[in-house]
Amino acid sequence: MSRRRHSDENDGGQAHKRRRTSEPIEIEDRLESLICRVGEKSTSSLESNLEGLAGVLEADLPNYKNKILRILCAVARLLPEKLTVYTTLVGLLNARNYNFGGEFVEAMIRQLKETLKNNLYNEAVYLVRFLSDLVNCHVIAAPSMVAMFENFVSVTQEEDVPQVRSDWFVYVVLSCLPWVGKELYEKKDVEMDRLLSQIEGYLKRRVKTHVQMLQVWTAEKPHPQEEYLDCLWAQIQKLKKDRWQERHILRPYIAFDSVLCEALQHNLPPFTPPGHMPDAQYPMPRVVFRMFDYTDAPEGPVMPGSHSVERFVIEENLHCIIKTHWKERKTCAAQLLSYPGKNKIPLNYHIVEVIFGELFQLPTPPHIDVLYTTLLIELCKLQPGSLPQVLAQATEMLYMRLDTMNTTCIDRLINWFSHHLSNFQFRWSWDDWADCLTVDLEKPKPKFVKEVLEKSMRLSYHQRIVDIVPPTFSVLIPAEPIFIYKYLDETASTLPGYQLSITLGNAIKNRATNEEILTILKEVPNPNQEDDDDEGESFNPLKIDVFLQTLLHLAAKSFSHSFSALAKFHEILKTLADSDEGKLHTLKVIYEVWRNHPQMIAVLVDKMIRTQIVDCAAVANWLFSQDMAHEFTRLYIWEILHSTIRKMNKHVQKIQKELEEAKDKLEKQQLKRRDSGDDEDMDKNSEDEDGQLEEQIERLQEKVESAQSEQKNLFLVIFQRFIMLLTEHLVRCETGSVDISTPWYKNCVDRLQQIFLMHHVTIQQYMGTLENLLFTAELDHHILAVYQQFCALQL
Amino acid sequence: WLRLWNLTWFWFDESFILFVAYFSTMSAKLSALHSDSYVEVSQYRDQHFKGNRKEQEKLLNQSNTLYVGNLSFYTTEEQVHELFSKSGDVKRIIIGLDKVKKTACGFCFVEYYARGDAEHAMRFINGTRLDDRIIRTDWDAGFKEGRQYGRGKSGGQVRDEYRQDYDPARGGYGKLAQQHPPVESRNTY
Repeated sequence: MSRRRHSDENDGGQAHKRRRTSEPIEIEDRLESLICRVGEKSTSSLESNLEGLAGVLEADLPNYKNKILRILCAVARLLPEKLTVYTTLVGLLNARNYNFGGEFVEAMIRQLKETLKNNLYNEAVYLVRFLSDLVNCHVIAAPSMVAMFENFVSVTQEEDVPQVRSDWFVYVVLSCLPWVGKELYEKKDVEMDRLLSQIEGYLKRRVKTHVQMLQVWTAEKPHPQEEYLDCLWAQIQKLKKDRWQERHILRPYIAFDSVLCEALQHNLPPFTPPGHMPDAQYPMPRVVFRMFDYTDAPEGPVMPGSHSVERFVIEENLHCIIKTHWKERKTCAAQLLSYPGKNKIPLNYHIVEVIFGELFQLPTPPHIDVLYTTLLIELCKLQPGSLPQVLAQATEMLYMRLDTMNTTCIDRLINWFSHHLSNFQFRWSWDDWADCLTVDLEKPKPKFVKEVLEKSMRLSYHQRIVDIVPPTFSVLIPAEPIFIYKYLDETASTLPGYQLSITLGNAIKNRATNEEILTILKEVPNPNQEDDDDEGESFNPLKIDVFLQTLLHLAAKSFSHSFSALAKFHEILKTLADSDEGKLHTLKVIYEVWRNHPQMIAVLVDKMIRTQIVDCAAVANWLFSQDMAHEFTRLYIWEILHSTIRKMNKHVQKIQKELEEAKDKLEKQQLKRRDSGDDEDMDKNSEDEDGQLEEQIERLQEKVESAQSEQKNLFLVIFQRFIMLLTEHLVRCETGSVDISTPWYKNCVDRLQQIFLMHHVTIQQYMGTLENLLFTAELDHHILAVYQQFCALQL
Repeated sequence: WLRLWNLTWFWFDESFILFVAYFSTMSAKLSALHSDSYVEVSQYRDQHFKGNRKEQEKLLNQSNTLYVGNLSFYTTEEQVHELFSKSGDVKRIIIGLDKVKKTACGFCFVEYYARGDAEHAMRFINGTRLDDRIIRTDWDAGFKEGRQYGRGKSGGQVRDEYRQDYDPARGGYGKLAQQHPPVESRNTY
C-alpha cells in the first residue's frame, strides 16, 4: 500500500474550522443524545436518570430552550414506544418551570396541526397520545383533554366525508384511553360516557365491505380476523368493565406523584379538527392479525387475551419499535427483546406474531419483505435457545391453516420460508408434512411445498433439493432447470426449421453480421401465407421460432450469456416481433424452451420489455392465453405479471418527473429574468431559451399522455381477461350444477384481488373507466364483489 | 495547531481512517434517531481506483453497485440474482473471475437500477447466507472492464493467496499454503 500525499485536499482545513466553532454544537448534540438515550439500559434506575436529566435540562433552559423544545417534540413524534418516559420528563420540567410546560404544549399543538396538514396521520396519533398522557403527569388539565376528544368525535357527525376520515378521529380517541382512560373517567365521567356512546353509535353504522379483502384467513377459527376499530372497541369496553385498571403500561410518573401533583396544569387550547381536503390521504383500514392465544405458549407467562387492552398496548409498542429501528436490524432485534415488562408476557410469541402480522399485512407490508426475514434471523441469533422453537411452531401453524389463507399471503410465506431455510442449511422436518402428498396436488398445502422447493432450488441447486427432502416428496421436487431445444439432433430432422437451425447456429457461432443473419432468415417459408410477399416482413412464426430457439440455445449457459445474445441481435428480434402476434409468439417460444426454468423466463421477459422487443400488454395477453392456462396458478406467472405492471408504473413516473422538472426549470428561468430586470439585448436570447423549454415541455406532455394511455390499456387488458376467465368458470359450474369453489377459482379470485391491492395507488386514477367499461352491474356478483370491496377501502 | 493538523493529514492512510471515524461519531450524535449504519461506506478503498480520493468518495456515495465477497466458487449468477432481487430490480451481475483460469473466484458485482434498492441490500442481505456462506456486501465505485478479475498473484483474489485455513468452496488451502506446506509434513516419513 503506497503512502498517499493529499497536499491538494483542503478537507483538513475544514475539519480544523469545524473544531474551533463546534462548542455550542457539541452541547446541542449532547442534549440530543441525553434525551434520546434516557430510558435505555443503565446502571441507575429510570427514576434517578429522569430526575437527573430534568435537572440538567432545567439548568440549560435559559440558553437552549428552543433546542430542548424541538428535541422533546421530535421524540414525542418519533419514539412512541417510550411515550411515558418522555411525558414524565416533561411533567418534571413543568413542575420546575410552569412557563416551559406551557410553551411545550403550544409547540405540540403546532406540530399536531402540521402533521395533519401533511397527511402524517400515524405520527399525529402518537402526538395526541403524548398529550393525553401529559394529563397523567399533571401538565394538561383533564377537562381540556376531554374537550379535544369531544371535538374529534364530532367529526363522526360530518356528512359526505370518506369513512376513513371519521375512522381516524375515533381511532385516536380510543387508542389514548389505555393510557388516560382512568384519569379522564375520574374527572369527567359523564362527558366520557357520552363520548363512548357516540362512538358506539358510529361504529354500529360503519360500512365494513372492505374487511374481507384485508383478512389473511377466510376462516373465523381459531382466531377471528377482526377489523381494527371493532377490536379496539372491544378492548376498551373490557377495560371500562375492569374500571380502567390497566397494569401493563410502564408509568414512571407514579414514582414522582408527590412532585407532579404540586404542579400547575395547562389547558389545551380549543382544537378544531382541520376540515376534509380532497387530497387528504387517511390511513387505510386494517385487520388485526392474530395467530396465537394463551393455549399456544406451553409454559411461562400467559398471553393476554385478544380483547385485553394489554394485548393492544404490547402490539402497538412492538410495531413502534420496528418502525423506529427498521434500518438497524441488530438494534431492532435487541430493542424488541428488551421490551419492558417482558417477564410477565410470552414475549417471543408476541414478537413473532407482530412480525408475521406485518409481513402478511394487506394491501402491503409496512416495510420491505426481506426485512422480516433478516430480523427473524437476528432474533434467532440473540435467543438461540427459545426463539427458533417459537418460529418453528408458528411455521407449523401457518402450514396447517393454508387452506383458508389469502393467496397473496401464501406468496409471502413461500418467499419467507425458502429464504429462511437457505440460511439454516434447509433443515426442516418435511416428514411432518407428509399429509400434503395424500391430496390433489393443486390444493394449497402441496402447492405451498412445491413452490417452497422451487424457490429453495433457485437459492441453491437442483441436487440439493433432491437431497433435503424424503423420497416420498419427489413428486413435489421442481424439474431440473435445463433448456429444451426443439432442433437438438437428427430426431428433429423432419421439422420444417431443422436445416435452418443448423445454418443459423453456425452463422451465429462464426460471428455473422446482422445482415448475413437476415439474409438466411429470408429463406424461411411462412407457414401462415400461401404466396410469399417479397419483403417477407409479415408475421412469420417459423422465423421467430427457429431464430429464437437457436439463439437462446447457444446462449443458455447463464443469464449474462442470454442477455448478451438479446443485446447483440436486438434489431433482428425487434423486427421479427414487430406485430402483436409477433410479440406473443416470441413469448411463446421463450416459454417452450425454458419452461423448466421459470427464473430464466422471468429475467428474459424483463429484459425484452426493457429493450422494447415486447411490450407490457403483450406480456399480459401471453400470461392469460390458453397456452399458459396450465401454468396459471404457479407463483412465477404472477411475479412476472406484477413485475411487468411495476415497470409500466415506473416508466410513467419517470416521464412525469421529467415533465415536472422541465416545468420547474421554465418557471425558475422566468422568475430569474423578472427579478434581474432585462436588458433589451437579453430579450431575444431568453425568448429562445423559453421557447426551447416550452417545446420540450410539450413533447414531454405528449409522452406522459401516451405512457398513461399505455398504462390504462394494460390494466384494462388484465381486468378484461380476469372477467372472461372467471365468467367462463362460473357459467360452466352453474350449467353443470357444480360447486364454484375449486382451488383454481379461489386462486383466480385472490389473484384479481391482488392486482387491486398491490397497485391501488395507480388504479385509483382509472376508477371511472373501470366502472363504466368493465365492472358494471351486469357482471356476475361474485366478480363485482371484489371490485366493490376494493372501492370500500377508500370510502 | 494548524501545523499539527496538517501533519496528521500527511501521515499514513490510517490517519485518514481516524479522521473519517471522528466525523462519523459527530454525525451519529446529530442524527441519533436516524442511524443507518449498514448503509455507511466502509473503510476499504480500491487501491486501483483511477482518480483521486474525492472522486472515489463521491462515486461510492452515489453508487448503485455493490461488491459481494466470500462467495463459494460454485455460486452461480442465477443464485446471486435470486437473492439480491429480494431488495429490488437488479440491472446486472458480473461474476468475478480468476484472471488465468477465467473461472469464478468467489466475488461478484451486483448493480441495481435504483440506489435505494442497493441500500436495502446493504441493510438486509449483507451478512446473511448464500450457498451456506455468510456473504459480505460493500459499496463499489462502479464496474469497469478489467475489474471482474482477481488481483492475486495466482489469478484469484488476494485473500486466497494468504489464507491459511482449508475452504473446500474456495479451492481448498490458500495459494501460498498450497505451495509451501507446513514444515512438519515434509519431515514425516
